[in-house]
Amino acid sequence: MSQSIPSQRQSTQYRSRLLQPETERSADTHPLTWRLRDDGEAVWLDEYLRKDGYQSVRKALNEGDPQAVIANMKEANVRGRGGAGFSAGLKWSLTLQGGDMPRGYLICNADEMEPGTFKDRLLMEQQPHLLIEGMILGAYANNSFYGYIFLRGEYVESARVLNRAIDEAREAGWLGPDINGSGFDFDIAVHTGAGRYICGEETALINSLEGKRANPRAKPPFPGQSGAWGKPSVVNNVETLCNVPAVILNGADWYQGLSGDRTKDGGTKLYGVSGPVEKPGLWELPMGTTGAEILERAGGMRDNRQLKAWLPGGASTGFLLPEHLDLPLDFDTVGKEGSRLGTGLLTVVPQEMSMVALMRNLEEFFARESCGWCTPCRDGLPWTVKLLQALEHGQGEEGDIELLDKLAADCGPGLTFCAHAPGAAMPLETALRHFRHEFEQGVGKPRGEAHEDPIPVGQV
Amino acid sequence: MAEPVSTSTLIGSDGFELHPADETAILEQLKHYEQPQAACIDALKIVQRRHGWVPDDAIPAIARVLGIGPGAVEGVATFYSLIFRQPVGRHVVLVCDSSSCFLTGFDELKQALVNELGVDYGGTTSDNRFTLLPVCCLGACDGAPALMIDNDTYGPVTPDDLPRLLEGYP
Ligand SMILES: Cc1cc2nc3c(=O)[nH]c(=O)nc-3n(C[C@H](O)[C@H](O)[C@H](O)COP(=O)(O)O)c2cc1C
Ligand code: SF4
Ligand code: FES
Repeated sequence: MSQSIPSQRQSTQYRSRLLQPETERSADTHPLTWRLRDDGEAVWLDEYLRKDGYQSVRKALNEGDPQAVIANMKEANVRGRGGAGFSAGLKWSLTLQGGDMPRGYLICNADEMEPGTFKDRLLMEQQPHLLIEGMILGAYANNSFYGYIFLRGEYVESARVLNRAIDEAREAGWLGPDINGSGFDFDIAVHTGAGRYICGEETALINSLEGKRANPRAKPPFPGQSGAWGKPSVVNNVETLCNVPAVILNGADWYQGLSGDRTKDGGTKLYGVSGPVEKPGLWELPMGTTGAEILERAGGMRDNRQLKAWLPGGASTGFLLPEHLDLPLDFDTVGKEGSRLGTGLLTVVPQEMSMVALMRNLEEFFARESCGWCTPCRDGLPWTVKLLQALEHGQGEEGDIELLDKLAADCGPGLTFCAHAPGAAMPLETALRHFRHEFEQGVGKPRGEAHEDPIPVGQV
Repeated sequence: MAEPVSTSTLIGSDGFELHPADETAILEQLKHYEQPQAACIDALKIVQRRHGWVPDDAIPAIARVLGIGPGAVEGVATFYSLIFRQPVGRHVVLVCDSSSCFLTGFDELKQALVNELGVDYGGTTSDNRFTLLPVCCLGACDGAPALMIDNDTYGPVTPDDLPRLLEGYP
């Protein structure tokens, strides 16, 4: 029986899944997921080609006008799905190319490590060719000669699927020299990381790719001017790149129309929910779907709990309240509420959860993952954790909350080299604003043991 | 009087030889990149796959193959959390301690792991079987609370699941 795997090992094995059956998805309405199989197996090349795979590459390379790809993307206004919402078409129009400029790199950011985010994994594990197709288009538009998929080390299954799909694509002539007889060359390698959230920041990612410590770089120059090995480099998120083929095939108007009159941002979005809901999961829905609709798909709160607050798109977004559930979840609307759409995967907080304890957990994450370059981040975040630990144990002192306000303000946008510190500040600032009374309850007792709790690093 | 210190006593290079297959594997990685330093993380992972961790002595050996300074390799080897610089057990348990797991039973799961294994973060069981470490969000939040054992991701995992789950890793 040495080969046998205990049944438990099977039953709790995690598998990425979309909670929409095939019957609910079509090419017209679900550009990201319509090809996915109900059995959750990867869509390999044969099936992908049967389902119109690589048609956008055929079309774009036949037309032979890379600038037209950029123009299409600009018009469709595909906003970056890595969290910042920057227009991909605009970014591409700023990449240096032509003249003496050497051809550069097209880098897919597949570092997915934002707490609460599990969307890129689905796309890579079940539909690797859509990402490859999007990368070919991105490379064509930006004159990139080589592409990397910067994949977090823990995504072992994604690496397996992507590598096999890249081999398939190369064998069939969709990667390599003279793609589909067009004269355009491009190939892709999967680069797997070795941990650390900061690798997802695009300039830290480039340093990591070059085999260095993952400290961000000062900008400018932006990667599109000087990125990997000094060459123009375009960094885009997995989901962003997966949007490109349908835009090229069906046009910007169609893409804009996908979200109806919900929002001016076009397209669809992989939205999701995690936390104590009945059915945590992922769905492809029109951009601008409301939190209420998404929560309803998730079957509501688990065991009839009450919703106290929610994060719209990961740990580095600001807390929203139940009253915000009816807002369309797009970049600008959520931004106006003092939060960010981020990755668009909701984390729900139940009534009985202490906001102080939750903030302590979040700031432990940010403190541990700081790259250590800037003082407010490197020193301010561990200090923040200590204060939250004290408050959590009812051992905060007068002035601690004001100090938290200040520590959060010191991490605000523009004060540090990268957006890690602002990401740490936003949930804290919003929690202090909406739930100040909970923090105040932790004040008043003498300082004690609580300050000695370590930040759980546990590195070996 | 201070003895002159050679780099080999700062980062010992004696007694470590890269396995020929590993050296080949590292050189194979070079073809993906413009410059050899880029293969540094791959090289550390290749060494770690064979030894379970990256001993100090491996650093100059890797540096030599890549043709870069040992300091550059050491800097990288100490930055990344999945490169282990101390011996670890035969299996590494990475328990996700990020927000979605925290909201769905991480505390209980972590406590159960500590009870079951008898070690806390960074610790290795006395039979050298498991090392326990925390990890950032595993991107399995719809299956929270989640953990990884070696290359396998599990979730949702309850404390009751643990004994049989761990059994699969002798
Ligand atoms: C600390 C930090 C971590 C990040 N992690 C990721 C990530 O894992 N994946 C990602 O796509 N973008 C991440 N980003 C955003 C990237 O810097 C960058 O904006 C993005 O990859 C651009 O692609 P997009 O325009 O297609 O979204 C992170 C940013 C910061 C500041
Ligand atoms: S803000 Fe933090 S993570 Fe970003 S560069 Fe500064 S220290 Fe590093
Ligand atoms: S928070 Fe634990 S898997 Fe995402």
